[in-house]
Amino acid sequence: MKDEVQTPEERSAGLKGMGCSRKRVEDVRFTQGKGNYVDDIKLPGMLFGDFVRSPYAHAKVVSINTEEALKVPGVLAVLTAADLEPLGLHWMPTLAGDKQMVLADGKVLFQGQEVAYVVATDRYAAADGVEAVEVEYEDLPVLTDPFEALQSDVVLREDLAGQTEGAHGPRKHHNHIFTWEQGDKEATEAVLSEADVVAEEMVYYHRTHPCPLETCGCVASMDKVTGKLTLHGTFQAPHAIRTVVSLISGIAEHNIRVISPDIGGGFGNKVGAYSGYVCSVVASIVTGKPVKWVEDRMDNLMSTAFARDYWMQGKIAATKEGKITGLWCHTTADHGGFDACADPTKFPAGFMNICTGSYDIPTAYLSVDGVYTNKAPGGVAYRCSFRVTEAAYFIERMIEVLAIKLNMDAAELRRINFIRKDQFPYQSALGWEYDSGDYHTAWDKALAAVGYDDLRKEQAQRLEDFKAGKTRKLMGIGLTHFTEIVGAGPVKNCDILGLGMFDSCEIRIHPTGSAIARLGTISQGQGHATTFAQIIASEIGLPADDITLEEGDTDTAPYGLGTYGSRSTPVAGAATAMAARKIRAKAQMIAAYLLEVHDGDVEWDVDRFVVKGDESRFKTMKEIAFASYNQAIPGLEPGLEAVSYYDPPNMTYPFGAYICVMEIDVDTGEHEVRKFYALDDCGTRINPMIIEGQVHGGATEGYAIAMGQEIAYDDMGNHKSATLMDFFLPTSWETPTYQTDHTVTPSPHHPIGAKGVGESPNVGSVPCFSNAVHDAFRPFGLTQSHMPHDHWRVWKIARDLGLHR
Amino acid sequence: MSKMHVKLTVNGEAVEGLAEPRTLLIHFLRENLGVTGPHVGCETSHCGACTVDMDGRSVKSCTVFVAQAQGADVTTVEGLVNADGSLSVLQEMFREHHGLQCGFCTPGMITRAHRFLMENPTPTEEEVRFGMAGNLCRCTGYQNIVKAILAAAEMMKAEDTPSSTEGVGQQKVEAAE
Repeated sequence: MKDEVQTPEERSAGLKGMGCSRKRVEDVRFTQGKGNYVDDIKLPGMLFGDFVRSPYAHAKVVSINTEEALKVPGVLAVLTAADLEPLGLHWMPTLAGDKQMVLADGKVLFQGQEVAYVVATDRYAAADGVEAVEVEYEDLPVLTDPFEALQSDVVLREDLAGQTEGAHGPRKHHNHIFTWEQGDKEATEAVLSEADVVAEEMVYYHRTHPCPLETCGCVASMDKVTGKLTLHGTFQAPHAIRTVVSLISGIAEHNIRVISPDIGGGFGNKVGAYSGYVCSVVASIVTGKPVKWVEDRMDNLMSTAFARDYWMQGKIAATKEGKITGLWCHTTADHGGFDACADPTKFPAGFMNICTGSYDIPTAYLSVDGVYTNKAPGGVAYRCSFRVTEAAYFIERMIEVLAIKLNMDAAELRRINFIRKDQFPYQSALGWEYDSGDYHTAWDKALAAVGYDDLRKEQAQRLEDFKAGKTRKLMGIGLTHFTEIVGAGPVKNCDILGLGMFDSCEIRIHPTGSAIARLGTISQGQGHATTFAQIIASEIGLPADDITLEEGDTDTAPYGLGTYGSRSTPVAGAATAMAARKIRAKAQMIAAYLLEVHDGDVEWDVDRFVVKGDESRFKTMKEIAFASYNQAIPGLEPGLEAVSYYDPPNMTYPFGAYICVMEIDVDTGEHEVRKFYALDDCGTRINPMIIEGQVHGGATEGYAIAMGQEIAYDDMGNHKSATLMDFFLPTSWETPTYQTDHTVTPSPHHPIGAKGVGESPNVGSVPCFSNAVHDAFRPFGLTQSHMPHDHWRVWKIARDLGLHR
Repeated sequence: MSKMHVKLTVNGEAVEGLAEPRTLLIHFLRENLGVTGPHVGCETSHCGACTVDMDGRSVKSCTVFVAQAQGADVTTVEGLVNADGSLSVLQEMFREHHGLQCGFCTPGMITRAHRFLMENPTPTEEEVRFGMAGNLCRCTGYQNIVKAILAAAEMMKAEDTPSSTEGVGQQKVEAAE
């Protein structure tokens, strides 16, 4: 038999398990255009919905006249808040404990807000209907600056009048949402007052948007005969959507089936609940027909889920030798018209309290004020774990600012402040327990890989040449060492709207030795069908190619909280390993019975149980699978399947060292990324090919954010970046080439030691690109200039520093 | 709105239908014909998810009226598979080099790459990056897309029989030229 001549290594390779760059199973359909995205869904009699949106950022809605719209051929209905009010659906709860208008209820709070919902026979008729709805507005004073909003007499949220208690404690002003404090304020202030050196800076992380290539959308279909609602949609958390829809609509949860089909990128944009979902469900109930709603790009950029918009005032204290003694941060967080941030309930500013970063900072204090303004709601984690990107940007800028103050090399300053390997598990001053890390090794490897010392020499020479008039280009070296906090999270402190943030996997082995696994997560491009099968293959010895993976259908998948915050591998990946181990435990009993030995007398060997000391006597997993169904085994139920609901004991803490070399033309503000080196440590690596792909993609998003991408408003609250003409998405032409590298420091508490990687490159690359720009101008006295560093703003830096001739 | 009668060839098949004059080609393909490979990403010609091949040129079908495609020969990603249904060299190379993640840009990306390699069968990396700049991807950072296209060019050059590997789509387009 062929099998007998295979070595264990050969058998292992045949499984395509963990550690191999298995080609993606998803790609066969995607490369042929056979994916099934929400806008591909076509149900019999399906109608289309579209929104009338507010042209004003702050206005009273005096009247809405739908008469003309209803005369438009194909238009069947126009929903307004008045229609939703009897159902109690004119407002909906947000993920952050606030509430949000589904349709304008007497006023609008941001440009692009949903005012009326037109239902028609096709999307063209719906658009005609939208044009024909007449809305009379009375404009109100607009607040786009969060600092001004906290002083202004203008009340944005009259519905909260008299409410001095918000979802997270007392409100200080009628436009104030919450204050969140972490760490020791008094101790930190004492450290600051006694320190040798204190560097202070305002670090702004501008408003941007996840902007996946596929916008948000859904198809709601209410079957009046069965009473069952089927809701297809671009949901990053389908089970949570089912529960929320049940709670707010009153439809029993078993009568709701939520399906996330293929999703064309999420990056946090598709976590929240949007008016389009609610209106489509109502329209389907009203009309008795399926109703599709799909955003266009302007809808997407104007109304669903912005990210960031954090003003972070920082102070960092150190000894004159550069040992950091304390960190203080006060953040003013612009949340827009409603607080619709997607954060775990107890963390209104997400995991901003990871802002001590990779450094052993003994004393720290963080406070965050959430503020209402006349901008779109959201505040989602754009490819990051709940404000980790803001935190990483803050600390990595503060380190640079401190290096300038100390006149030190920023790489050396980092090195002398890193948490040492022997300090893990490390208790941070702001409340986290970092699981594992080896920052010094990663840092030294990164510096060596780019030839750091030579780069600094070249930079110094360039500076001389620049001063001598031989060149008009400066060279910047961007450094970043980031620590992520992902895998939310332990149910004891992580929930969203009361839903615990565990995740799940169910595995069913078929008699012939193939399998199906279902998870509570949902891939949006991460390749779950490929990588989770690899975990199972390694755990139970069946080839990954023989394992089907399903996600996204709440009627079949076990309950889970979905995919965002790099939580799939840390949480659902752990559930997958644990479910597989349950199967292997039963398989061991079956093998022992078949081999007529005690359970303890067999041992696991790649894809089989072998009698200890006699390799010739074994039962393969395939044989065991068949026996499990077809042979009566005393004391055991037939079948071979298991489910695991995994409540992680802690977060995981991936980290990385990124270095960027940038050329900047001081006369045009243009830049060229000469090198970008990314070393990631995500613990155990499941599929190196996919990890590298995630790093390329995340770093490109980071490049966009740092170098040009922003959601901008003028003083009247007009959205200035609502198309891809104005909102920067880099093409293949601008995008840098990335050099990837890694170290492996497994998570000690994760069943397979994996930490997650999808978001690290966004978290790490933004400060890295930004630091490169700042570094280029450091010799001329620049300490801080806000992102995005587009050509105009960089040109302005040069001008303000007097570098133009 | 009154409808007009449109006739065109899509992936080698003659098709016809009634459509309003304002109907966009992308909507006619997706909704009238059920050809859902090309996607709508921006509706303003920026993202390229809707790219199809029309009479030997890459066009963004979100800003072409179906009326403009009257009598045209249109190829979408569905038409690029080999005659036996297997993946074309380009499709295979996108898979081999991990040139896609969520898959939403992929149909437009591959359709553009298909035409690009006919325009320039032996491109440099720089030429690929410039020639593909009309198609946005939010997942991959393009590095592996570029690699996939360069690898496909190498393979097609080695095989030197593009019509047997590129399938019906290419044959149709060449006939149209």
